[in-house]
Amino acid sequence: MTALNDLYQSVILDHNRSPQNYRVMSDANRQAEGHNPLCGDRLRVWLRLEGETIEDVSFQGSGCAISKASASLMTAAVKGKTRAEAVALFERFHQLVTGQSDPTRAETLGKLAVFSGVSQFPIRVKCASLSWHALKAALDQPGETVSTE
Amino acid sequence: MAVTSVPPAHPTARPPTAIDVDRIRQDFPILGTTVHGKPLVYLDNAATSQKPRSVIEAMVQFYTSENANIHRGVHHLSERATRAYESVREKVARFIGARSPREIVFTRGTTEAINLVAQSYGASVLQPGDEVLITGMEHHSNIVPWQLLCGRVGAKLRAVPITDAGELDLEAFDRLLTDRTRLVALVHLSNALGTINPVTDLIARAHARGVPVLVDGAQSAPHLAVDVTAMGCDFFAFSGHKLFGPTGIGVLYGREALLEQMPPWQGGGDMIASVTLERSTWAPIPSKFEAGTPPIAEVIGLGAAIEYIEAIGLEAIAAWEGELLQCATDRVAAVEGVRLVGTAREKASVLSFVVDGVHPHDVGAILDDEGVAVRAGHHCAQPVMERLGVPATARASFAFYNTFQEIDALVRGIRRVRQVFGP
Repeated sequence: MTALNDLYQSVILDHNRSPQNYRVMSDANRQAEGHNPLCGDRLRVWLRLEGETIEDVSFQGSGCAISKASASLMTAAVKGKTRAEAVALFERFHQLVTGQSDPTRAETLGKLAVFSGVSQFPIRVKCASLSWHALKAALDQPGETVSTE
Repeated sequence: MAVTSVPPAHPTARPPTAIDVDRIRQDFPILGTTVHGKPLVYLDNAATSQKPRSVIEAMVQFYTSENANIHRGVHHLSERATRAYESVREKVARFIGARSPREIVFTRGTTEAINLVAQSYGASVLQPGDEVLITGMEHHSNIVPWQLLCGRVGAKLRAVPITDAGELDLEAFDRLLTDRTRLVALVHLSNALGTINPVTDLIARAHARGVPVLVDGAQSAPHLAVDVTAMGCDFFAFSGHKLFGPTGIGVLYGREALLEQMPPWQGGGDMIASVTLERSTWAPIPSKFEAGTPPIAEVIGLGAAIEYIEAIGLEAIAAWEGELLQCATDRVAAVEGVRLVGTAREKASVLSFVVDGVHPHDVGAILDDEGVAVRAGHHCAQPVMERLGVPATARASFAFYNTFQEIDALVRGIRRVRQVFGP
């Protein structure tokens, strides 16, 4: 009961219901798709990278509350950050959801700390990190320039 | 059999069936356990079924006092193990109405049985331009082996479409059955939707054009009385673990004349008559298809499972499960914001559904917290999900040991999903 309440915190439920930056980005210069074949979750992350800075970031797709809320909070967390800062944040986020980080330091992750409950549900780690993997893929390799959807 | 559990009063209450569910539950040790401090409500029987004590004990007994390899020893234990193993073959033949135990091949499961037919029968019969006909509601295990085969020989794989309710389009079936069709492979009872296909009728239509038919019975064997001879199928595949037996054992029924003409598919010990360094000759069927030491203890376990099921009777099982499914269908559909996926007229065991605005994985996680085990996902049937326009569903699937109280727990859990995620 408590573990489940830790997982589905109200911040997560809010972001699932009304995700931020949930849109196609017409002037994106990077994009990548994240796909979890196990559960069928599929989402696309768009970036506008200027120099080393993530000027804008958005996402769309279908998935469970954890993957959708995580994508929403990720976009809010990395907007304006440099590529290196975003990658470092992903590493700390991954430690958080896999239960490898010091809980007392969780608050340094800001709002992302709401995902600490995921560590008690190993099967949901993939859900929480799906959008981050897509972000990293988009940062690592230039995708097609602009989506015309 | 005395009835000790009657359905609670609800609008769909029917006369109770002759299933002593309380006593049956005592036979399944796992059903007495708890999950997250709540009694386990196991509604994932389409994925795998739980095992009665008699199955577990038969396997322990075999390893404790009967273990030996089969078909080769002259010693007492080997003779005993061989007799036990072959007696299960006879039991399986009787259970599904085969004419002879020679028509029963032991495999690792349904998947391996279908692959055997594809690689042995399919590869020896198919020519470039030929067609294999499947349906749009197959499990991946009755799609991918045919894709591999067709790709290799240059044949074409075609699929009978399904309707919005999740039934086969029977007119399309007739249209797609052409003079190039060499084999029809179709599911008896859909694991994703619960649809029971009219296999006897479809087999007759295929046979009228001289086309043999494989029936995937992974879901039907545990829930419907199967008689392969009356059904008329040429191949029938099912798994032990969905039939209250162990994992790692399955069955391929093949009509004797077809098995005789098919080449072996795996080589090794036990499947040969004689071997020289230049060439070998094959053992008679069914040994021809059983290379290497088989899973002997699992076969013994399967035998115990069939004995257990036969003592209850598949007619009684089907009747009880029918009442459970009807009750669950009515009550789950009545929850606001819930939509059923798969509403065929003929259904068994399976209730697939989605909750508005809530991903099936979240439904599954909250139900799990209530002790209710369901499957959430695409159920290894992605084409079905795509056809019906859902990425995934939550699926409750019933067995004869489930109760009406467990349907209460399922409905409570779905209501809690709605509370957590808001309207």
